Amino acid sequence: MTFILLESVSMLNTIGIPVLIIGALGLIFGLILAIASKVFEVKIDPRVEAIMEALPGANCGACGAAGCAGYAERIINEGEAINKCAPGGAAVAAQIARIMGKDAGAMQQKVAVIHCSSGGHNNTKWKYNYDGVESCKAAVNIAGGPNSCSWGCMGLNDCQKACQFDAISVDANGMRVIDFNKCTGCGACVRACPRNLIMLVPINRNVYIKCSSKEKGPDAKAVCGSTHPCIGCGICAKKCPVQAITVENNLARIDYDKCINCGICATVCPTKAIEDLLAGMRKKAEINPELCIGCTICAKVCPVQAIKGEIKKIHEVDKDKCIGCEQCVAKCPKKAIEMI
Amino acid sequence: MGYLGELFVMAMTAIFIQNFVLSRFLGLCPYLGVSKKLDSALGMGMAVIFVMTLASAITFLINKYLLLHFGLMYLQTIAFILTIAALVQFVEMVIQKNAPALYKSLGVFLPLITTNCAVLGVAILNTTAFRSDGTTAYNFFDSVLNGFFSGVGFTVVLLAMAGLRMRLEKADLPKSMQGMPIALILAGIMALAFYGFMGFKI
Repeated sequence: MTFILLESVSMLNTIGIPVLIIGALGLIFGLILAIASKVFEVKIDPRVEAIMEALPGANCGACGAAGCAGYAERIINEGEAINKCAPGGAAVAAQIARIMGKDAGAMQQKVAVIHCSSGGHNNTKWKYNYDGVESCKAAVNIAGGPNSCSWGCMGLNDCQKACQFDAISVDANGMRVIDFNKCTGCGACVRACPRNLIMLVPINRNVYIKCSSKEKGPDAKAVCGSTHPCIGCGICAKKCPVQAITVENNLARIDYDKCINCGICATVCPTKAIEDLLAGMRKKAEINPELCIGCTICAKVCPVQAIKGEIKKIHEVDKDKCIGCEQCVAKCPKKAIEMI
Repeated sequence: MGYLGELFVMAMTAIFIQNFVLSRFLGLCPYLGVSKKLDSALGMGMAVIFVMTLASAITFLINKYLLLHFGLMYLQTIAFILTIAALVQFVEMVIQKNAPALYKSLGVFLPLITTNCAVLGVAILNTTAFRSDGTTAYNFFDSVLNGFFSGVGFTVVLLAMAGLRMRLEKADLPKSMQGMPIALILAGIMALAFYGFMGFKI
C-alpha cells in the first residue's frame, strides 16, 4: 500500500511538474499577450476590415494590388476605384460602395475567350512531338512551339493552371473549355498564355473570331489543324451592319463596343472561323399591330433594313431579313416589338 | 585574453566562421524568401537582430532559472518556442503602438520570424556554448551578445544575397534558371566562400 502510494507520488513528480511548469509558462504568456493586446491596441480603420470581408479573398491580383488586403487599403488610403475587383464583379463593387458611401460606377462583367480553334488532339497539325516540360511557356521556345501554326494554341494548359476559379476544363479532345458561369474575368489566363490567344469579352457578346493567325490566307490555311483559320478576306467586315469588325495584318477582330451580337459575320465567314454561340437560337422580331404607332424608329435602327412601313402606319418585319439583333426591341417607345 | 578579445572572437565566430545561414544552415527560409530587394532584406535583418537579441536574453533566464532548476532540459525546445513566439507577438504589439514608423518597416517581417529556426537555434546553442577557453559556459551577457552578433551575421549575408540577386535580375539568364534556381546556386556558392573562414584561428 505504502509502496503504491510512493510510486504514484514520484509519477506525479515526473509528469506533473513539467506539465505544471509548461502549462504555467503558457498561461503567463497568454495572459501577458491578452493584456498587451488591450493596452497596446491600435485603432485601424474599420472600413478596411469591412472591405476585406466583402472582397472574395482569392488574392488574384486582377485589381493591380498584391492581394485583397492591399486593394482594401488602397481604396481607403489612396482613393482607388472601387470597381476593380473582377472576380467579385458588380456585387462586390456595390457592397464596397455601401461601405464607402460612394456610387459603384458601371461595371461590365467580362469573360475569357480563347481565340484559337486548334490545340486539341484531333484538330492540330503538329510540327513535332513535344515531350518536354508540361508548360506552354516552355514549349513555345522550342522551334516556335509544336503547333504548325506559329500563332496557335499549343495545348499544354497553362491557362487552366493559372485559373484560380476552376473555370477552365479540358475536354476529351484535349481542348480547353471555359465555363462562363465560373469565369470571373480576372485575366489570370490572359497573362498566362504565351501566345496571347485569350481576350476578355463582355459576357453579353456571343460572337467570337476563334483565330489569332496573322499569316496570309493560304499560309494560315496550310498550317491550321482545325480548318477554321481567319484568312483575312474581310467579308465579315463588309457584311457587319454596324462596322464592328476591322481586318488588320490578315486578321479580323471584333470591336465589342460596337458589336450587336447579330451573328451575320459567322454566317458569311468562308472558313467558319467565327463562332456564334447564339446560332440557330435567335428569335425573329414581330411587331404587335395594336401597339404600333408608326413612329419609324425601329425601321431606322434596323441594321439590315428588315422593317418596312410608312410613317403613321403599322410597320412590318421581313422575317427573312431579320437577324434577331433585338436593336428595334430596345428602341421601340411603345414596347410593341417582341422576339418570337 | 581580456573580455574585449573574447567579444571579438565571439563576433567573428557568429558573423563569419559559424554564420547561421551559410555554415549552420538555419534560417534559410527568410534567406531565400526576403532577399529579392535590398530594403526589405534590411528590414528583415533588423527584425532578426532585434528578436535574436531579446530571445537570447529571455531564453537564457528561462533555461537557467526554470529548466535547469527543475531538471527539465528535455523540454528545452518546446519551452523556447513558446517563449519566442510569445515574445515576438508581444514586441509586435508594443512597436505597433509606440513606434508606427518602425512597425511599418519591421512589422510585416516580425510574424515571419515567430518560429524561425535561426532564432530558436541561437537560443539552444547559447545553452551549450563555451567561451574560447573551452570551459566557461556563457553567462547572461555572453548569451545576449552572441544573439546580437548572430543576428548581425544573418543580416550581413542576407544583404549580400539581396544585393547579388538584384543584379541578377538584370542578367540575361536562361528562362529555366530565373528566380529561385539561380538563387539556390548563388546560396551554394556563397556557402562555399564562407567555408573558407572555417580555417581561421583566432
